Amino acid sequence: MKMMKVMMLIVMMMMVSEGSIIEPTCKETPDFSLCVSLLNSDPRGSSADTSGLALILIDKIKGLATKTLNEINGLYKKRPELKRALDECSRRYKTILNADVPEAIEAISKGVPKFGEDGVIDAGVEASVCQGGFNGRSPLTSLTKSMQKISNVTRAIVRMLL
Amino acid sequence: MASTEALLPVTSRQDPLSESRSDQIPETRRRRPIKVHLAVYSGLLLIALYVALIVTHDGSTAQHGAKDESSTESRASLAGVSEKSNDRVSRLSDDRKVEAFPWNNTMLSWQRTAFHFQPEKNWMNDPNGPLFYKGWYHFFYQYNPNAAVWGDIVWGHAVSKDLIHWLYLPIAMVPDQWYDANGVWTGSATFLDDGSIVMLYTGSTDKFVQVQNLAYPEDPSDPLLLKWAKFSGNPVLVPPPGIGAKDFRDPTTAWKTSTGKWRITIGSKINRTGISLIYDTTDFKTYEKHDTLLHQVPNTGMWECVDFYPVSKTQVNGLDTSVNGPGVKHVIKASMDDTRIDHYAIGTYYDSNGTWVPDNPSIDVGISTALRYDYGKFYASKTFYDQNKGRRILWGWIGESDSEAADVQKGWSSVQGIPRTVVLDTRTRKNLVQWPVEEIKSLRLSSKKFDMTIGPGTVVPVDVGSATQLDIEAEFEIKTEDLKLFFDDDSVEADKKFSCETSGGSTARGALGPFGFSVLADESLSEQTPVYFYVTKGKHSKLKTVFCTDTSRSTMANDVVKPIYGSFVPVLKGEKLTMRILVDHSIVEGFAQGGRTCITSRVYPTKAIYGATKLFLFNNAIDATVTASFKVWQMNSAFIHPYSPDDLGVPSRT
Repeated sequence: MKMMKVMMLIVMMMMVSEGSIIEPTCKETPDFSLCVSLLNSDPRGSSADTSGLALILIDKIKGLATKTLNEINGLYKKRPELKRALDECSRRYKTILNADVPEAIEAISKGVPKFGEDGVIDAGVEASVCQGGFNGRSPLTSLTKSMQKISNVTRAIVRMLL
Repeated sequence: MASTEALLPVTSRQDPLSESRSDQIPETRRRRPIKVHLAVYSGLLLIALYVALIVTHDGSTAQHGAKDESSTESRASLAGVSEKSNDRVSRLSDDRKVEAFPWNNTMLSWQRTAFHFQPEKNWMNDPNGPLFYKGWYHFFYQYNPNAAVWGDIVWGHAVSKDLIHWLYLPIAMVPDQWYDANGVWTGSATFLDDGSIVMLYTGSTDKFVQVQNLAYPEDPSDPLLLKWAKFSGNPVLVPPPGIGAKDFRDPTTAWKTSTGKWRITIGSKINRTGISLIYDTTDFKTYEKHDTLLHQVPNTGMWECVDFYPVSKTQVNGLDTSVNGPGVKHVIKASMDDTRIDHYAIGTYYDSNGTWVPDNPSIDVGISTALRYDYGKFYASKTFYDQNKGRRILWGWIGESDSEAADVQKGWSSVQGIPRTVVLDTRTRKNLVQWPVEEIKSLRLSSKKFDMTIGPGTVVPVDVGSATQLDIEAEFEIKTEDLKLFFDDDSVEADKKFSCETSGGSTARGALGPFGFSVLADESLSEQTPVYFYVTKGKHSKLKTVFCTDTSRSTMANDVVKPIYGSFVPVLKGEKLTMRILVDHSIVEGFAQGGRTCITSRVYPTKAIYGATKLFLFNNAIDATVTASFKVWQMNSAFIHPYSPDDLGVPSRT
């Protein structure tokens, strides 16, 4: 049994690289594994403070929004019958890129995280609204779901800054 | 400031594997062949890895039971309000189909208010430096000149003769110095003994540090105070030792101490304790920080926009910020960063050491059950002493409850509440009373008077013509036989935990309520915003009255937040139930019992707009018949517009 405890200690120390707060931070979010994988995928993650982790995730939101917008643009030709819903999604995702993300970055960098929280929450809302424009599953479903999940995780981290 | 605690024992900086391999393997195993040794070792390692993952995950849940994923929601729900974000996230993030609501420009342009202050376009937040000078009321505000979301903040500026008819002026201050390069943030004005004005405000420096800066009118003979000069020696205050570089903002108006020095307070936090720092100064350029705090309350988080002022115990006029004495109580108010709620508490100020003690520590500033100026959407509020009419006036920032996409599409975000007078409730002595400034009556056009008796379960249309800009004053009485019935009926259990939020809103029927008005309703009531009383049996058989606004059915749209707001309102013996409602497109302000409980809501109907907006009176009680005696005025627009030289010649409209 003592051997087991020791092994666990070793493993824990292996999992945590020097000074990284990714794991303890991610434990306080609604989706630990998503949080860890997103933050570990960024080289700045292991040495970032809480603000830094929040900014990395906002970067991910930005990237996902860009990717989704590209997808939306491509769908106009492939699925012309979805035009109305695509128009709404396009508007919503442009809001994420042009309003939510810059607001969140500025707010967190300047130490007024509540506006960052607003921006991050809104990213999730816009994704949900976009998805709601389709009748059930759509070509964008997994992308909008991702945005909602990332928004929830990011929000939890931003709230730690309040 | 990061507030996470490392759960895992991050100790040794050395490579844990190399260290432990030699230490931990017991002697007896060294005799086994290497291969078996390695196989056993790696097998155990894999098991350990697996177990560690489970243990650390479970361990975290156990250790941080209160801090798991629902904590982001629970903090806000503790405050008793369905916080914007939680409502939205929980409603839209699950897999239920949500019909998107495509906002069109007709619906969006209706939302703009007619008589509440808002800039011509873009984002606004905190009120700043309100003051009265040379015949004009001045209002400054946090403003983004570039977008309909927060950012690039400057000080917007407007003036008015009557706190209602505002004239837009050029921007007063921009981030043009290193000490406010990243934002010219919230601040307050102080009048010196010679009548001159000093303005203290927070700057976000080029290195993102929050500091306090001094500014003053460039030309004091200009009644419009168009230009502002910044003190060459700025910043005058930087975060003191022990205070985070980003936890130091929103300086208050200064007050005179008995020794003749000026004193200010600035909100901050130490870990999770909200605090208010206190400084003395003679010239607003150099300051002495007290070692003690004006006040602190654990577990309330960062205190933003702290406000501190005296109220008279006996008279219903306002007091200059420096007034002190036996006939006076002092109010501390703070905006809670964690919950976006403004709380205040009444207490006693000790000038000799700059401390303040609440009358009732169980509802101290920031505690979830502490009093609020407003039980709806209302934040970053600030008062000023209006020496023109001897009143203390309260400004409050009313943000949007819709999506940012809609804000971007309509091109603006946020309004200010109608300025309110604030006095101590001389009857209860335990709370403040707020009321829209008298000058708003100048907007009243035609009116209609009604006296109606409505039985249980009735909804009655109130024919007032247009119903998007209204001022309603109403008195309600519950038919006495029903009240007697209620008191005598012992089987009726006291509704201990009743609150607007948990009660199911205006459709949940009780013996004596809910009853009130449905504003911004369409003919078929598919969209409506009830503002109502709900009377229940409280402790000791006394009737308890709650005043609520239910926005849950205010719109068909699903990308807006639709909370149910409200609170208990004291109703003293002999008082009738009274309410006042100001309706102005997408904002509804309700005042119960002369302003003992106030609720501001943002509402975004899709159908109940323009000519289709209607007003209803309703009584959803099961047993009680209610008489309503009320007057409804059509309200004119305030025609808020950019200042022009012609405006100087226009006489005051009051």
